[in-house]
Amino acid sequence: MERNQLSRQVALQRQSLFDQGYLDDQFNQLEELQDDSNPNFVEEVVTLYYQDTSRHVLEIEQALERKPLDFTKLDSYMYNLKGSSSSFGAKKVIAECKLFLEHCKARNGEGCVRTFQQLKTEYATLKRKLEAYFQLARQAGLTGTALRPK
Amino acid sequence: MESDHFEEMDIEVLSSMWPEDIGTDAGKQFNVEEKPKGDQDMLEEVTIMEEPTIVDFKRLLELTDYTEKGSSQLAYLIKHWEYKQANAARLLREELDSLSKQREEVELKKLEILEEHRFEEERYGDKRPISILDEVNDFWQEIPRRKNDVVVQNKRVEIDAKYDTIAYWKQQAMHFEKLLEGSIQREQILTEKLQECLKDFERQSSPVEELSQILKRADNFLHFVLQNAPVVIGHQDKELRYRFIYNHFPTLHEEDIIGKTDVEIFTGSGVKEAQEFKKEVLEKGLPAKREITFETDLFGSKTFLINVEPVFSKSGETIGINYMGMDVTDQVRKRERMAKLREEIAVQKAKETELNKTIHITEETMRAKQMLATMSHEIRSPLSGVVSMAEILASTKLDREQRQLLDVMLSSGDLVLQLINDILDLSKVESGVMKLEATKFRPREVVRHVLQTAAASLQKILTLEGHVADDVPIEVIGDVLRIRQILTNLISNAIKFTHEGKVGINLYVVPDPSSGKGEASHQTLNAAEANGRKEEKLEKHRSTSQTNGDQEGTHGQTQNESAYRNHHLSDESRTPVKSQAFVDEAAEEHPHSFETTVWICCDVYDTGIGIPENALPTLFKKYMQVSADHARKYGGTGLGLAICKQLVELMGGRLTVSSQEHCGSTFTFILPYKVSTTSDHSDDPDEFSDMADHDEATCDTTESFFQFQPRTLGSLFSSNGGSRTQKFLPHTTGYIRSNKLNGFSETSYSFPASNPRTRETSSIDDACSVVDDAEILCESETSSSHRPDPDNQTAACRGNQCQDDANCESQNPITDPTHHSEESIEVAVAAKTRELPKTDQRQDKFGISPQCVSSRSKEIPESTLQPRILLVEDNKTIVMVTQSMMKLLGRSIDVVNNGAEAVCAVQRHSYDLILMDVCMPIMDGLQATRLIRSFEETGNWDAAVKAGIEKVVPCLDSLQNGLGSMSSAKRIPIIAMTANALAESADECLANGMDSFVSKPVTLQKLKECLAKYLP
Repeated sequence: MERNQLSRQVALQRQSLFDQGYLDDQFNQLEELQDDSNPNFVEEVVTLYYQDTSRHVLEIEQALERKPLDFTKLDSYMYNLKGSSSSFGAKKVIAECKLFLEHCKARNGEGCVRTFQQLKTEYATLKRKLEAYFQLARQAGLTGTALRPK
Repeated sequence: MESDHFEEMDIEVLSSMWPEDIGTDAGKQFNVEEKPKGDQDMLEEVTIMEEPTIVDFKRLLELTDYTEKGSSQLAYLIKHWEYKQANAARLLREELDSLSKQREEVELKKLEILEEHRFEEERYGDKRPISILDEVNDFWQEIPRRKNDVVVQNKRVEIDAKYDTIAYWKQQAMHFEKLLEGSIQREQILTEKLQECLKDFERQSSPVEELSQILKRADNFLHFVLQNAPVVIGHQDKELRYRFIYNHFPTLHEEDIIGKTDVEIFTGSGVKEAQEFKKEVLEKGLPAKREITFETDLFGSKTFLINVEPVFSKSGETIGINYMGMDVTDQVRKRERMAKLREEIAVQKAKETELNKTIHITEETMRAKQMLATMSHEIRSPLSGVVSMAEILASTKLDREQRQLLDVMLSSGDLVLQLINDILDLSKVESGVMKLEATKFRPREVVRHVLQTAAASLQKILTLEGHVADDVPIEVIGDVLRIRQILTNLISNAIKFTHEGKVGINLYVVPDPSSGKGEASHQTLNAAEANGRKEEKLEKHRSTSQTNGDQEGTHGQTQNESAYRNHHLSDESRTPVKSQAFVDEAAEEHPHSFETTVWICCDVYDTGIGIPENALPTLFKKYMQVSADHARKYGGTGLGLAICKQLVELMGGRLTVSSQEHCGSTFTFILPYKVSTTSDHSDDPDEFSDMADHDEATCDTTESFFQFQPRTLGSLFSSNGGSRTQKFLPHTTGYIRSNKLNGFSETSYSFPASNPRTRETSSIDDACSVVDDAEILCESETSSSHRPDPDNQTAACRGNQCQDDANCESQNPITDPTHHSEESIEVAVAAKTRELPKTDQRQDKFGISPQCVSSRSKEIPESTLQPRILLVEDNKTIVMVTQSMMKLLGRSIDVVNNGAEAVCAVQRHSYDLILMDVCMPIMDGLQATRLIRSFEETGNWDAAVKAGIEKVVPCLDSLQNGLGSMSSAKRIPIIAMTANALAESADECLANGMDSFVSKPVTLQKLKECLAKYLP
């Protein structure tokens, strides 16, 4: 019973992540890759993502402090971040990445800085939300497998 | 002139200026203020120059006599005078009245007094006549005249009367006598005065006299006013002869003007107009004003405002005109300047609004373009899904009708893809995002490849030929992808519109078109020369190809090789021998240690339908085709040429066209290329030795003529017939598809029946590659029992390693492009029936377990047959996801993190599929792909070595293939993984040699499709 409630809670939380636009369909894709042999795949990916991208974020932050801005560099960093983000469907982060890339293209330094602040917020928010979600999911003992729509 | 006038001046001093009464009179003609005496004096001092006024007095008299105005003027003056006279008479009469009244009074008094006296006489008997009193003198004179006084006197007299004395009465009588005397005296004085007055009156001026005086004064006043008025006033008679003129700036004598017309006096522009104008007024009888600009010798260029008024006689006929002219040159000038300024302002404003509009439109256009590009991109992804699915579907068993439907679906899909690619290309160029690359490439190779590709998809009986002039450098630097794109576009265009005959490419060096006219003629000369040479060559090649056959191969190559060496040895010397193909180039290359620019002209000619002259101007415009009919008949988007032109111009060249309807067209583009220093390639020992070792490379550098003969229809059909049951290599499809994406697939659509041939996917477990398109076609005729072996080509190439291969070679003399002889290549695209032997090498190859770079968690039982997949991706997250997905799909993959590693991995193992990220550190996916493709084409890793990648000792598996590190000739399908970044457009991926692309994020479905397409 309690387990059921928990799992419902997990499902609700998961759904809210989609509803609020934090995640997109790619996340479902990841969940589909999860199986018995690899039960925590999604969480692993996300963890790896945050490990890997924190470096990128730092790089971008440093690059933004340097004047004049090296847009080519920024572009390539951001491109990388976007690629990573899109691989697990971090929708809001991706949107910010895209905006940032556009600013890059337009050589709009101010826009870049502004967008990057927003991006960091989204990045951190998503991390917090996902952490909470995964924790809950673990508690439910179901992990992603049980939550798959199929 | 001026002095003359002064001499003639008559200074008149006026006694009085103006009749006073005129000033006070109401309704007077002359509105002149009454001036105090002082003013008059002042005026008297003024010297009035009579001179400017030149009057014909007789005429004046006539005027006053005959014109209304003149007579009214006279009448007025007379009236005025009469009024004055009457006034004077009235005054006199009044005076007279008062005097007579006084006299009456005095008489009355006298009578009274007399009566009194009589009374007294009665009383006193004193009847002395009054006459006694007459003697009394002046006494009365002092008595005041006033009646009161008289009355007072009277009273006094009454009082005095009390004194009733004779003396008193006597005194009284005397007193009255005196009074009477005074009265009489006064009367006399008054009468005298009256007489004097009358005399005075008579003495006063006659009407005429006064009139003339008034006139004179008016005249003088006018003079005074006019003296400071910068105007010309004149009167002209019926014949427009001057009768009067006043000119403030006189330059002519009286006799020069009076009695003459304008035309007689002046010459120059405007005079005639003035005359005409006056005449007009004269005729119409209505006053008018006009501005006339004179340009005369007399006073230069001046504009006058002329006001002309007709003068009427009493009977109402016009007898002349009065006119006034005023110099308004400055005003006119100012006005004109104002008008000009206003006009300028208006123009400025118009421009501004126009500019704003343009800006607005431009912004809109930009937005629209951006939108179009974005949309195109978005459309492309799902569309490619549709097309690839349809292709997969085409590989299944279908009945005839289904296949037909599918063909339509595919060709439509491809068309849309092509259109989108074109749009993307265009918007890229237009938005300036298009980046040009500078890479070293071999023009001959490019020409050959383009022709080969075209020949492969050729569905008509056409001869494709290419000629490269000897002076074209072996290697130049430029954006080979774009140049190839242009060439391909032009060639496919030419093929599309050509039904019989030939289509070809001509490449030759021209002098810098910007370096002056002198060289321009030289250029045409050069071109002609090149053409001549071409013909010559053509003949020569035909003969050699016939006689030499293919056994010439090695021999020719060695010859060529020596020529190549020769060229490098004889760097400085310019030998005029024609066979020394590289002498010119060497001379061009060597003397400079830096890069020099060479302009290469490329003609793409055909014997097609030609272009009507009226369509030429819009030919290079977007979405423009010669006519709607053409569009219907030949299809296409109308973007191809626009892209070509933009690309050429982007590279600093220009694209022109000349055409004759029904005879053919020639598109010519001239582009500047950098020529690298000789040290760049010849001093590289590695490369040099490689070149010596590998014949293919060398022959590519030297060949200057290519020809692709048409297939016969029979073989075409037979190949079609056979295609139904044939099993094809899956990547063949991919390759053809990529060609289409590059924009030269139009021809294949017109023959949908032949499409299935290329779309058949193989069920055979064979994943080997085919080097070139010619072979694809060749394979189309092989039976399914024969599997084409990529290795045997190289094997054959390297000297008859295998007997079967040798046989095959002898049967199909020149099919292998890596095998061209130095002089000529002829690819009989069709009619190739190659029986390729089945070898066991495949088993060997997959039997070896390759060195895994990354995890291979599950070794599936049939791993020996498991295709090897390489993932090149730097992003860890993506790697992880992709790996998992692959695992789910039952595949294991090798992972490397950048392009350089990918090249190394390919050197070590042979892969059946590479998934390549585009943007990566160290070396990006495009470059890695190019290097891999270069290896596949040349069989060596020179390009990679040059790019800084160490050659690795090949793995056992490739060694076992018996070819060592040179294992090439197999085209590995390379799939790009793009994230829609600008720098990695799908076009670029395809142009760089990739077969397809998967957009990120990678999904299971996409991967599945991809694997299904490229791996059996």
